[in-house]
Amino acid sequence: MALTDSEIRELEVKAEKVRETIIEMLVAAGSGHTAGPLGMADIFTALYFHVLHHDPKNPEWADRDRLFLSNGHITPVRYSAMAHAGYFPVEECLTLRKFGSRLQGHPEREKLPGVESTSGPLGSGLSQASGYAYATRMDKKRFHVYCALSDGEHNEGNLWEAMLFAGKNKLSNLTAIVDRNNIQIDGNTEDIMPLEPLRDKYEAFNWHVLEIDGHNIPQFIAACDEAKAIYEKPTVIIAHTIAGKGVKEIEGDFRYHGYAVKGKDEEKKFLDELRTLGGKISSEHQ
Amino acid sequence: MINADAKLASNIFDKPEMAPTRDGFGKGAVEAGKADERVVVLSADLEESTRAEWFHKEFPARYVEMGVAEQNMATVAAGMANYGKIPFITSYAAFSPGRNWEQIRTTIALNNVPVIVCGMHAGVSVGPDGATHQMLEDMALMRAMPNMIVISPCDAEEGRKATVAAAKCGKPVYQRFGREKTPVMTTADTPFEIGKVQVFWKSDSPLVAIFATGPLLHNALLAAQELEKENIAVTVTNVATIKPLDLQIVEIAKQAGAVVSVEEHQVNGGLGSAVAEMLAKNAPMQQEFVGVQDTFGQSGNPAELIEFYGMGVKSIMDAVKKVAARKH
Repeated sequence: MALTDSEIRELEVKAEKVRETIIEMLVAAGSGHTAGPLGMADIFTALYFHVLHHDPKNPEWADRDRLFLSNGHITPVRYSAMAHAGYFPVEECLTLRKFGSRLQGHPEREKLPGVESTSGPLGSGLSQASGYAYATRMDKKRFHVYCALSDGEHNEGNLWEAMLFAGKNKLSNLTAIVDRNNIQIDGNTEDIMPLEPLRDKYEAFNWHVLEIDGHNIPQFIAACDEAKAIYEKPTVIIAHTIAGKGVKEIEGDFRYHGYAVKGKDEEKKFLDELRTLGGKISSEHQ
Repeated sequence: MINADAKLASNIFDKPEMAPTRDGFGKGAVEAGKADERVVVLSADLEESTRAEWFHKEFPARYVEMGVAEQNMATVAAGMANYGKIPFITSYAAFSPGRNWEQIRTTIALNNVPVIVCGMHAGVSVGPDGATHQMLEDMALMRAMPNMIVISPCDAEEGRKATVAAAKCGKPVYQRFGREKTPVMTTADTPFEIGKVQVFWKSDSPLVAIFATGPLLHNALLAAQELEKENIAVTVTNVATIKPLDLQIVEIAKQAGAVVSVEEHQVNGGLGSAVAEMLAKNAPMQQEFVGVQDTFGQSGNPAELIEFYGMGVKSIMDAVKKVAARKH
């Protein structure tokens, strides 16, 4: 069912809030990744506020959809979206990366309810999601398994093993979401270790491939709907995103991959930039 | 003399039944599968030699072929266990946990999900395949990992019991198995509990306490028998669980006052190290380490390799005498 304009607008406003919290929490932490979380804010907002069947007040609800985050370093976007969705108070986001916090620098399953899996070391999230999807299909469970992953982590061999496994086993209850922002720590992905043609590679591994604008929320939601309607293959949504989206100065610049916002002045500048987004995002899908 | 409480096989020194410990895994996995339908077995293109095929035949829908992909096998199993399955992952120890150690660390141990990693063909006794396949560092790798239980069965029967117990324990486990046929020392009546040692050979006033793990335990018993003829009394204890290590070891060691550890593994980081750590803290004493002395193996037949790398009966006897001479 297509979203109404006001529903879309509501999600976009939420995404702005999610971005603001990401910046606030990174400033408070003084370290962490900025670009990836900002780039995936629209998608995580759409996931937590529309796509996922879940219950923030009952994170262990047995029939919830499962969202695995493979590239654990963008966990601020997950924490922020979870907080805004009601899993825990938004203020707790400011404990990110601090001693005793449930919000570990890289997410841990046993620390925070709702984090499905421990991740950080790259290339192994899709395998875990595939194993999960395989096991739940054995038990004829109806819920869906999602896995968010980065483009850079496609350098890892383990990920290609997972692609083979999911393709072989036709895991149609699995949807992968690739954050195709073209950057990784040392530079642009196509300079470091070229991935293109990425679509062809997934297709050759027996995946159903969808490509979308990762900042166009209705497009992402439509792709998730289509993925659920594919019964013979796992689906990958290659989401073209702009790293650092929302903060013009850092958009698309690989140097911000592992850069945390520093100081009050920079925070203000970044937040001001974010807060001017209002009309800009909505114009992108109209 | 043999400790009657251990209810060992009567033919332990006289043509004992021979079976590889991996057979114990094969039987145990089927038994665990019958007891609990959550049990699944994953194989990395080695179902025959790992004995995973015995489970495959019994429960085809619960067997998962992963291809030659140990990293994926560990992580897929982590996902399955996260959901509620009890996966055994099977390959050679050189590849699992050799190749996929980080995946095991992050997605199984830190994630704290009950995957049972089964490393076959451990030790130099895999023989002709040579050093690449002779895994001698696995216990050290896995012992260093929080949340991980490490089990090294002494024979096929204990391997069966360990496998059944591992499926029930609800925690990440590493189990190590051998390829070669080795003496079956224990019986169905021999007690087994994760985390407990058993004295197999006892003496009233032992001079040295031998702690052995895996099939080399039989060499330790043969050494004990020979030493008795020379009026050197020892105890021989089966340490099947390397981690958590049974504190009972301290009492057994104190009774003798000197220790020999015996393992088909590097002396760095395995059973000997674990025993030494425990004794250093509770009752420091002299120790000799029988095992592979910081070197890689080579091709050869299992028996000659065990001898060459200093893990034969004579080597154990020498170690006992050496450490006894150093006693305070």
